[in-house]
Amino acid sequence: MSTTIEQNKGFGATLWDYLTTVDHKKIAVLYLIGGGFFFILGGLEAMAIRIQLIKPANDFVSAGFYNEILTMHGTTMIFLAAMPLIFALMNAVIPLQIGARDVAFPFLNSLGFWLFLFGGILLNASWFLGGAPDAGWTAYAPLSTTSPGHGVDFYVLGLQISGAGTLIAGINFLVTIINMRAPGMTYMRMPLFTWTTFVVSALILFAFPALTVGLFLLMFDRLFGSGFFDASMGGNSVIWEHLFWIFGHPEVYILILPAFGIFSEVLPTFSKKRLFGYTAMVFATVLIGFLGFMVWAHHMFTVGLGPAANSIFAIATMAIAVPTGIKIFNWLFTMWGGSIRINTAMLWALGFIPSFTIGGMTGVMVAAAPADYQYHDSYFIVAHFHYVIVGGVVFGIFAGLHYWWPKMFGKILDETLGKITFWTFFTGFHLTFFIQHFLGLMGMPRRYWTYGADQGLELGNVISTVGAFLMAIGAIVFLYNVIITTIKGDKVSGDPWDGRTLEWSIPNPTPHYNFTQIPLVRGLDPLWIEKTEGRKGMTPAEPIGDIHMPNPSILPFVMSLGLFIAGFGAIYQIDNPIWLVVLIIGMGITFGAMFIRSVKDDHGHHIHKEDLDKGAGL
Amino acid sequence: MKGWMGKIRTLFLLSLLSLLLSGCGKENLTAFSPKGYGAEVSLNLIIISLLVMIFVFIVVMVIYTIVLIRYRQKKGQEDFVPKQTEGNKALEVIWTVIPIILLIIIAVPTVSATFDLADTTEKNDSLNISVTGNQYWWHFNYGEEEIQTSQDLYIPTGEKVYLNMMSSDVLHSFWVPTLAGKMDTNPENENTMYIEAYEEGVYYGKCAELCGPSHSLMDFKVIAVSPEEFDQWVEDMQNVNPDATPETASAQEGQALFENSCLSCHAIGSSPTAVGPNLTNFGDRSKIAGVVDYSKENLVKWILNPEEFKPGNKMSGNYSVPEPEEAEKIADYLLQLQPSEVTPESATE
Repeated sequence: MSTTIEQNKGFGATLWDYLTTVDHKKIAVLYLIGGGFFFILGGLEAMAIRIQLIKPANDFVSAGFYNEILTMHGTTMIFLAAMPLIFALMNAVIPLQIGARDVAFPFLNSLGFWLFLFGGILLNASWFLGGAPDAGWTAYAPLSTTSPGHGVDFYVLGLQISGAGTLIAGINFLVTIINMRAPGMTYMRMPLFTWTTFVVSALILFAFPALTVGLFLLMFDRLFGSGFFDASMGGNSVIWEHLFWIFGHPEVYILILPAFGIFSEVLPTFSKKRLFGYTAMVFATVLIGFLGFMVWAHHMFTVGLGPAANSIFAIATMAIAVPTGIKIFNWLFTMWGGSIRINTAMLWALGFIPSFTIGGMTGVMVAAAPADYQYHDSYFIVAHFHYVIVGGVVFGIFAGLHYWWPKMFGKILDETLGKITFWTFFTGFHLTFFIQHFLGLMGMPRRYWTYGADQGLELGNVISTVGAFLMAIGAIVFLYNVIITTIKGDKVSGDPWDGRTLEWSIPNPTPHYNFTQIPLVRGLDPLWIEKTEGRKGMTPAEPIGDIHMPNPSILPFVMSLGLFIAGFGAIYQIDNPIWLVVLIIGMGITFGAMFIRSVKDDHGHHIHKEDLDKGAGL
Repeated sequence: MKGWMGKIRTLFLLSLLSLLLSGCGKENLTAFSPKGYGAEVSLNLIIISLLVMIFVFIVVMVIYTIVLIRYRQKKGQEDFVPKQTEGNKALEVIWTVIPIILLIIIAVPTVSATFDLADTTEKNDSLNISVTGNQYWWHFNYGEEEIQTSQDLYIPTGEKVYLNMMSSDVLHSFWVPTLAGKMDTNPENENTMYIEAYEEGVYYGKCAELCGPSHSLMDFKVIAVSPEEFDQWVEDMQNVNPDATPETASAQEGQALFENSCLSCHAIGSSPTAVGPNLTNFGDRSKIAGVVDYSKENLVKWILNPEEFKPGNKMSGNYSVPEPEEAEKIADYLLQLQPSEVTPESATE
């Protein structure tokens, strides 16, 4: 990716290159930078929360500002950090893993990224424009519909725009995985990361429309005077809760399943064994995805849905523990009898197993509705979902970054710094969140700005804050690692880990067109099969020929920019109708770009086979 | 069933105590030492599910430890290629079936407890109280007894008390961890739950659904007293004369001021006005606005600037702020509103 040709380019040319790129590898880098930036932002918000709670009756931040911080922490981490970082890995890896030269819709891939980024920027612009949203990341009505100022409007429009990007990305990966697999790669030969991406893309396709609808209704309530969630106008606030969680629960699996996929790549590679129970793992993935849609009301046990609904959703939720358990045991038995190498990527995978098991245990515990009457909206729940999302998703992202960094950037992240990151972050994580299980049952509700000095909650909160600082140190060391490796790290071969899947058959750096010849896949772990038969690389499935590649385009950037501008118009037209002009200009830019895209013929370009030998496209 | 559950619970709490030097939190706030039926049902279920899950965790960790000790690559083994096992059908069946059985162990009591806690067969024969969540205070209406009150919920011990809950604005959630799990108050439909306190006491309640800046400052109390004391309290509350003349001159002036400026929102007596908290037994409370230490000084401060204590409350900016000396008189009037001998103190004695 960062080749000599590119390094010789000026900053402006590189910038233009990234603004217009439709190359999945460069879009992966963009997602990584965007997601990384918002991860730091969300982390700072988390630190503000923990500092505020370090002692009773603290006044580090004010009550109203605290609600803005907690809302933005949740929203940022879920929509703007975890999802983009996962998309970074998917973009970097999936086409390589299935033996494709790019995704099915490279233009849409770029559009998905820019929509996410502009949506995220719009949401965060609220900090400087009168205050961020303050109704929680769940934005429950009527608090969200009655929240003063424009904060929640930014939430609605920002998420709507970035959500469209996510939906586009999901559809893109779905089509890519269905249509672009190399010859011989049947469904049951796909690597687990590809499988989980496939299932996750389907989840996005079905879950995000619920959010889109919910956000539209909320937008109408706030900006255009409707009353979908207003009881006094015949609306119903519980509808929002349903819509939100019909999206929100599958969202949890949208985040965790790719992490499962990453661990299913890392554990076999560093145990030198094929994944134990591949078929069971695939079916467990599909089953988790399927059941993920039938459990949303377990977020609503205390809403008053009645005992029949609560029982049904309790049992459906417990059922998810079965496929998850299957996965845990198959990972353990992948390592059983193997030859385990422990490096940083593997450490994250090994740290994940006990951490996520705890998150899964508490998951079953909160599924028991009458017990949840106590856990619900208390710090127990905060602890539970951080065990799942940090102990599962964030650990997975770290494992994936360490594992695929040489594929993405041609260098291995420093191992010593990596191990320091792991141990500080891992210790800090358990210190922060384990105690919160107890805080919750000791009577500390979540989203509390402060607590009294006489309530027995001091010690737990101090421990939790200390842990949060350790996590912050771990994250800073990782950032330092990235910088130092980029500056000083040595180039490595295309297959530094003795890999098993197709992406490791590609030389370093990965050519623009990924594969000179599309490989022939002869089974699960195709590269491993070739290695055991004494071959160095993949057997090609086609003769060397001209390679057809898409052209770069600035249009996705322009389309997203138009929506970004329109967003401000939509938000401020309620104060002054003159802003409708801005709305119209913004939409005009977007529709104009769409019109150009529709009428302009762009058939891409060919890299001729004579030029391939000379290094074209590197 | 109850006997061995009790033993397990004691064991569990003892180990927990040693685990956490801080103990299990503050008495009458923590869910770890239930003093009501709902909290007991919840805790039993918590313990059952926790025990099953600890078993699973131990199994996972044993395999995990064995794997990490036995199968780490040793020096000189770099080229060793392990057998590439595809899987094992018998093992897959085992770790599918056993978890299902374990889940059934949790699911059966879950369903039974869910229906148990939603039982309303005794509702019509029991004490019914309407609970209304407001930003940021609680209103309690004893319909049949014609008593209105706020912040302190008086209930008799040893019987089911049905709470019929709604919200007047945004979502709130009624949570008294030591007595029962929580239930949301919604603006459009009434939710019903019951609480039953085993012993007398003052139990701390909190709002558990984000409701605005002062979400964390919506504390209330459930005051459980013996049935006799409760009857006494009901009688005292019913006999309140809102127009009764206070003893001191200052309080008398305060009353006049209160009736002029405060009465449109704050009722004294059984008037259904509930824009702001009902103050009939304000003098019997132990906190101002649920969270502020009870003293005349603080009350005056509150009257002059409630925003300082509860950001975003509905009183700030919606009343004509009295002069400090007027506020003192109003405070004198409010502090002497002590209609009953039955108070939080009498519940803890």
